Amino acid sequence: MPNAEIPNISSLLGTPSELTDSGSAKTAIVLMTRVRLARNLSGYHFPGWAKPEERERVLASCRASVAATAPMRRCFNFAVADLSDLERQILVERHLISRELSSAKEGAGVVISRDQAFSVMLNEEDHLRIQVLRAGFNLKKAWSAINDLDSQLEEHLDYAFSTTLGYLTACPTNLGTAMRASAMMHLPALVISNQMEKVVRAVNQLGMVVRGLFGEGSDASGSIFQISNQTTLGESEDEIIKRLGSVLQSIVEHELNAREKLLEADSGKLYDKIGRAYGILQNSHLLSSSEAMNLLSLLRLGIDLGVFPEANRSLVDRMLIEAQPGHLQYAQKGELEPGQRDVLRAARLRSEFAAVARPDFRAPAHGGN
Amino acid sequence: MPSPLKCDLCAKPATVHLTQIVNNKVHKVDLCEACAQAKGVTDPSGFSLADLLLKASLNPETPAAPGVRCEQCGFTPVDFKKLGRFGCPACYDTFRSLVEPMLENMHNGVAHTGKVPTRSLERKTLYDRLTKLELDLTEAIRTERYEDAARARDEINQVKQAFNADAQR
Ligand SMILES: [Zn+2]
Ligand SMILES: [Zn+2]
Repeated sequence: MPNAEIPNISSLLGTPSELTDSGSAKTAIVLMTRVRLARNLSGYHFPGWAKPEERERVLASCRASVAATAPMRRCFNFAVADLSDLERQILVERHLISRELSSAKEGAGVVISRDQAFSVMLNEEDHLRIQVLRAGFNLKKAWSAINDLDSQLEEHLDYAFSTTLGYLTACPTNLGTAMRASAMMHLPALVISNQMEKVVRAVNQLGMVVRGLFGEGSDASGSIFQISNQTTLGESEDEIIKRLGSVLQSIVEHELNAREKLLEADSGKLYDKIGRAYGILQNSHLLSSSEAMNLLSLLRLGIDLGVFPEANRSLVDRMLIEAQPGHLQYAQKGELEPGQRDVLRAARLRSEFAAVARPDFRAPAHGGN
Repeated sequence: MPSPLKCDLCAKPATVHLTQIVNNKVHKVDLCEACAQAKGVTDPSGFSLADLLLKASLNPETPAAPGVRCEQCGFTPVDFKKLGRFGCPACYDTFRSLVEPMLENMHNGVAHTGKVPTRSLERKTLYDRLTKLELDLTEAIRTERYEDAARARDEINQVKQAFNADAQR
């Protein structure tokens, strides 16, 4: 279904989204859950092996089918080629497209639902990469939402499928369910108490993968990690989700324990970190992306601990995304040198946090969540 | 352990080391900074790490059967070794003997037990049935078996109706 209005990144940024506007005490440790499905059309080459004309054909036919589904009413519908570098970066920072898609060749596109909860990447590594995001710890809801959308698409698209290998994907590591379920978790106490390595190892042993927010090293990304399933063949979607869910639940418990222990051992030390983070956010004039992430992470911990009112959570969550380089530069209408970005980032955060009331360390609730 | 470790994809010194344990088997990947970036260790999707492990597990010394080529897309095992991905869905049939041994290390099982695209499969069944009936019809006419031809024609009409009903759903 063609859109009446011309979809653009500004209107996307101006529309409330699942990721930036759903923060509550329920999203304290698990910020969001995400499920992705890889799907391909039978009778076509996979995107990486297809000629440009074939990719364009697949793009056109998938775009129309995707845009016609119920969740995609009034969707944003972009061809990657039509987007500037900065606009692509914004979509990556909002977790709506992958870096791979952002650097894709001709014939790549993305359809994003109005609330940015659903997105379908077209001609990434597979013809379709269907994604749903849900705020908080909501694996089952996310799976049921994406299962629905997938079934709607299948009414019109002939999927490549084998009864033994499942959904056929360009890479054999995604065969079977072709599903990646993941959660974005905020684990500051596990990081502060140096337990992340242990957690990563344990989670790996259970067949799950842990990564930083955008893949970089563990403490550069505001103590935010993504945990997802590693294997896709041999278990049903429900089984994978159940297994991942219990791993996530146990990580939540470890994080809560670590918070208790930090407070018991030396609450002054923890409050010092939180208080300083508040001071820097309100007063600094130069902030790198990774420093900003870490300060925001501490403020978020402060909210969990009752040091700041719950009402500040959505501000912090929004800033975790809007202080990223792409968003900052877009707001400034042009690309900037990293040094200039740090000035701009500090100014933005100073003004956003100017009105946040001083921390109250008197009788905080323990643990959070 | 040889040191310094070399990148699994080029030969530069590796600075990024990944260890994964799948089905109690340890998989290791060592990458240089550039390849780690390029190969999407920075991609947040969760898809690419497994892909790296796959590439590392592809032993370049294994001789590939050079004559085999996917009829649908022209893909060869050499292409797979290079790209770590297949050319089209039909490749999985063509290169079954290459794929099957990989799956055991890669996954938690070798057979799909999850969702089935029922509607896609229904349409495929109808389509296959139609193709067969049309062949039957041609053959029956050629050999002057007119009763069989009439029966095939009736069935073709039924299948076509089912197709149309399907398209309107
Ligand atoms: Zn390298
Ligand atoms: Zn092929």
